[in-house]
Amino acid sequence: MAQRGRNVAGYVFISPWLIGFLLLTLWPIAQSFYLSFTDYSMLADPVWTGLANYRHMFGDDDSFTKSLKVTFTFVLFSVPLKLFFSLMVAMLLAKNLRGMNVYRTLIYFPSLIGGSIAVSVLWRNMFGADGYINAILAWFGIAGKGWISSPDTALGTLILLNTWQFGSTMVIFLAGLKQVPQELYEAAAVDGAGSFRRFFRITLPMLSPVMFFNLVLGIINSFQMFTAAFVITKGGPVQSTYVYAMFLYEKAFKHFQMGYASALAWVLLAIVAALTAINFLVSRYWVFYEAEGGREG
Amino acid sequence: MTVRRSKWVVHLVLIVFSLLMIYPVIWWLGASLKPLDEMRLPAIWPSKPMWSNYSDGWHFSDQYSFAHFFSNTLLMEVGNVFGSVLTAALVAYGFARLNFKLRGMWFGILLLTMMLPTQVTIIPQYILYNSVGLVNSYVPLVLPHFFGGGAFFIFLIVQFIRGIPRDLDEAATIDGASVYGIFWRVVLPLVKPALVTVAIFTFIWSWDDFFAQILYLSSVEKFTVALALRMFIDQFEIQWGQLLAMSLLSVVPSALMFFFAQKHFVSGIATTGLKG
Repeated sequence: MAQRGRNVAGYVFISPWLIGFLLLTLWPIAQSFYLSFTDYSMLADPVWTGLANYRHMFGDDDSFTKSLKVTFTFVLFSVPLKLFFSLMVAMLLAKNLRGMNVYRTLIYFPSLIGGSIAVSVLWRNMFGADGYINAILAWFGIAGKGWISSPDTALGTLILLNTWQFGSTMVIFLAGLKQVPQELYEAAAVDGAGSFRRFFRITLPMLSPVMFFNLVLGIINSFQMFTAAFVITKGGPVQSTYVYAMFLYEKAFKHFQMGYASALAWVLLAIVAALTAINFLVSRYWVFYEAEGGREG
Repeated sequence: MTVRRSKWVVHLVLIVFSLLMIYPVIWWLGASLKPLDEMRLPAIWPSKPMWSNYSDGWHFSDQYSFAHFFSNTLLMEVGNVFGSVLTAALVAYGFARLNFKLRGMWFGILLLTMMLPTQVTIIPQYILYNSVGLVNSYVPLVLPHFFGGGAFFIFLIVQFIRGIPRDLDEAATIDGASVYGIFWRVVLPLVKPALVTVAIFTFIWSWDDFFAQILYLSSVEKFTVALALRMFIDQFEIQWGQLLAMSLLSVVPSALMFFFAQKHFVSGIATTGLKG
């Protein structure tokens, strides 16, 4: 077929995505960038205010600083916890044992429904002052409390909920583990390497591309955490779970400060892009790609 | 001998861990039948099951029963799943098999959009839908699925198609099939397992996509199950038994999907390959 025909066919096939991309992604990105320099309430036309939104944000908006702090704390704890936890579970589930499907189902199931508002309802009950978590703690003589209603534990509860939903990260690790050539382990066993050594010398390097993928997406997703904070704690108590996405939501759709909210979105994008870029730069030193013939750090 | 013993240790760890993970869900089953004063007990089964939690919860709102909210959500889901399945394979075939100008650039952009926080586009999108009078309708929720079903799914099927031997395409070309014919008769039947994964994930994710739903649906008449639950939780005095009963019902469709097509689930994600 002539190149021309191939071009046409190619664009015909990708046209659904391309149209959607131009209409619902590219154009909105440009518009949101413009709006971030304006004052816009949707009732009147946007008014150009230059850097006023950004100045306000970094100058005297305490909610901005607070929500940024909360979000960074959330990301800092929940991302490594989830990675560690899902890797450990994936290694257990990668073993060839009878009944493994049953374990996999039981362990994966909470993650399947974990993002839903229903689970937020459940969580709010369990960790409330009258929840059963406190009753269990009482067996061990630990005094319970309203985990969700105290400012110093509310965020921790949400981090725990986030970790409980480790399933999709775990499944990706599991897929990665299945691709590690068994010969490597056999050869290592012949050389007398213990399981500890095998983990650090074989499993971890071979899994590093998958680890990298999970790390990058985990950070990006955690920065956008919304439902649990919105439903379980409503950002409180005393803004201790006032995550960035919730702050942005309220600015945009409760106060209709569309210009300011757009500026917030761009700051979020800048943060996420910077962290992703750093991740990619640092990855040269620890991510191991087979095709490159081994450049392990 | 040590191998056998270590096997049992692994089994034991797995059993304890599985129970720990699933315990809240099992407790939930029992709690949905509990009266308020037993709610704080870790015990699973109530002393006397209160089936009225279900019947009262079902009709918690004076205006509509949960039947209404469920049918709203299912209606939206039909559109979402149909849109994703219809368009994801098309787009993925284009990227995986056809060589056209700027393909590499577009594919790179596609992958980049996976990393784009939704917050960056959500405000202009809202303004756009508002300007054409589509806020408080299902269009903003359903329409995006007709644009390839999302970057993740396109990527997933691209990886899947790359795994199909090209000999099949070439044989069909020799037989005189056009690219459209190859897509329809060779590739589409082979990507069916991946499309099942797309359908299931689309269903579950849009069921749980609370952010989009709360943004675009404002009248109770159009509420989805998730929004109805949120209305329930915001009542003055929370009827925990009823609320937990209805929350539990709300995850039943996703759970059914999961058990129904479990095999597709894990293998479907595994086929993304990640290294490809």
